[in-house]
Amino acid sequence: MLGRIVVVFNGYWSLYLGQGLGITLGLSAITVLFGAVFGSLLAFMKMSKIPPLRWIATAYIEVIRGTPMLIQLFFFYFILPNDMIMAVFGWIYRIILLFNAEAVKADFIKFICIAIALVVNSSAYVSEVIRSGIQAVDRGQTEASRSLGLNGVQTMTKIILPQAVKNILPALGNEFVTVIKETSLASTFFIGDLMSVYNVVRGKTYLVIEPLLITAAIYFVVTFILSKLIAAWERRLKRGE
Amino acid sequence: MNEANSKYMIQAVDLHKSFGDLHVLKGVNEGILPNEVVSIIGPSGGGKSTFLRCLNLLETPEKGHIFFEGVDITSKGVNVNIHRQKMGMVFQLFNVFPHLSVEKNVTLAPVLLKKKTEKEAKEAAAALLQRVGLFDKLNESPSRLSGGQKQRLAIVRALAMEPDVMLFDEPTSALDPEMVGEVLDVIRELVSGGMTTVIVTHEMGFAKEVSNRVLFMDGGIIAEEGTPDEIFSHPKNPRTRDFLSKVLTT
Repeated sequence: MLGRIVVVFNGYWSLYLGQGLGITLGLSAITVLFGAVFGSLLAFMKMSKIPPLRWIATAYIEVIRGTPMLIQLFFFYFILPNDMIMAVFGWIYRIILLFNAEAVKADFIKFICIAIALVVNSSAYVSEVIRSGIQAVDRGQTEASRSLGLNGVQTMTKIILPQAVKNILPALGNEFVTVIKETSLASTFFIGDLMSVYNVVRGKTYLVIEPLLITAAIYFVVTFILSKLIAAWERRLKRGE
Repeated sequence: MNEANSKYMIQAVDLHKSFGDLHVLKGVNEGILPNEVVSIIGPSGGGKSTFLRCLNLLETPEKGHIFFEGVDITSKGVNVNIHRQKMGMVFQLFNVFPHLSVEKNVTLAPVLLKKKTEKEAKEAAAALLQRVGLFDKLNESPSRLSGGQKQRLAIVRALAMEPDVMLFDEPTSALDPEMVGEVLDVIRELVSGGMTTVIVTHEMGFAKEVSNRVLFMDGGIIAEEGTPDEIFSHPKNPRTRDFLSKVLTT
């Protein structure tokens, strides 16, 4: 079997490491980046003094965290109208065409649907990461700041957030690692990620286990290295205090 | 009752505060005169810290009023941030800002709140840090300071706003015994310079030494008040006597 693994990898390594890993990492990066933006918004809504904002954020977070990711992928895949996606994201497609004249519009639309579903999902998890990072800052810091006469916004931006970032950034890195694995679900829609590459290679080689082990190994190596890097970074942040 | 008595710097009128079912303050009336040094003593849970924290509205009283320099800061529409700039506060657990250098801890508020330019604030910080013996730590991170040094930094941070009154909430309770003296020395110097001061403390000797007036709080009210001599040597209230007999024998 080891021999067959080597043969398969030799034949398809560029598909695995080029397109497959590239799309997986790219999609994960987009997810966490926009997940962080919308997650921050949700986190502040959930900590807001205005009850309706709190209710909306809580309902969103609970529904997203309480339903399977695969259902969310299907939901956004079916519900988002193609015209709307092209109206909003068409400019990205036109940029892609400049570099790759053969880019297929339907694939692009599919990719955007999947990306939106992943961002929607991730923002719910990230918002909890951000909220707990902020709330982990000692209450005494807020009191000291307010006692000096700083208002709520000044206290948040000058005192709380700079300290919360040290809690939040490593946790966001770990969310990135989680999302890398979760994007494999998106291969259901065949978007060219690492798991989609597995399906391609399986179809071409009529081998099931060997390509799967290669895929698993790539996921493992990437997430393992990233986790170790994040852990080291976290230790450095803590030491800097 | 809702009119400020102009002779007081801070006046509390009929303060009530509850945490859930726990009625912590049960109608506290008290006035702090300019340049007065008032110590608040009493058993844990008696409402000392809550009363102090109500004075700058870190706790919002459910009922009653706080007048500060003639303004009812508990009334709606008053920007309490402006008034807090004039009331320095020092906490039991220091609460220095760990992400800022020692100097930045001191200059942040005066610069941000436009009380001083960056240059003025730095000069003032240097002078203040010199006064409490922390000048050589100017560029250090607070995490490298001892407890006593952190508390001296916290005092300087409050003083940098040039407050009219200083509120101390058990400033030495979290310190190792050998560091209590250095912090009390700073407070002693501050008080001798005429700073209006309210201090919640378990340091009975210190309270006796520096105070013009001592309040004994128990059960959510000021159970007894008087000069240090009256409270410590001739307490009238049996609860005061009981409390003092417990703390002074140990």
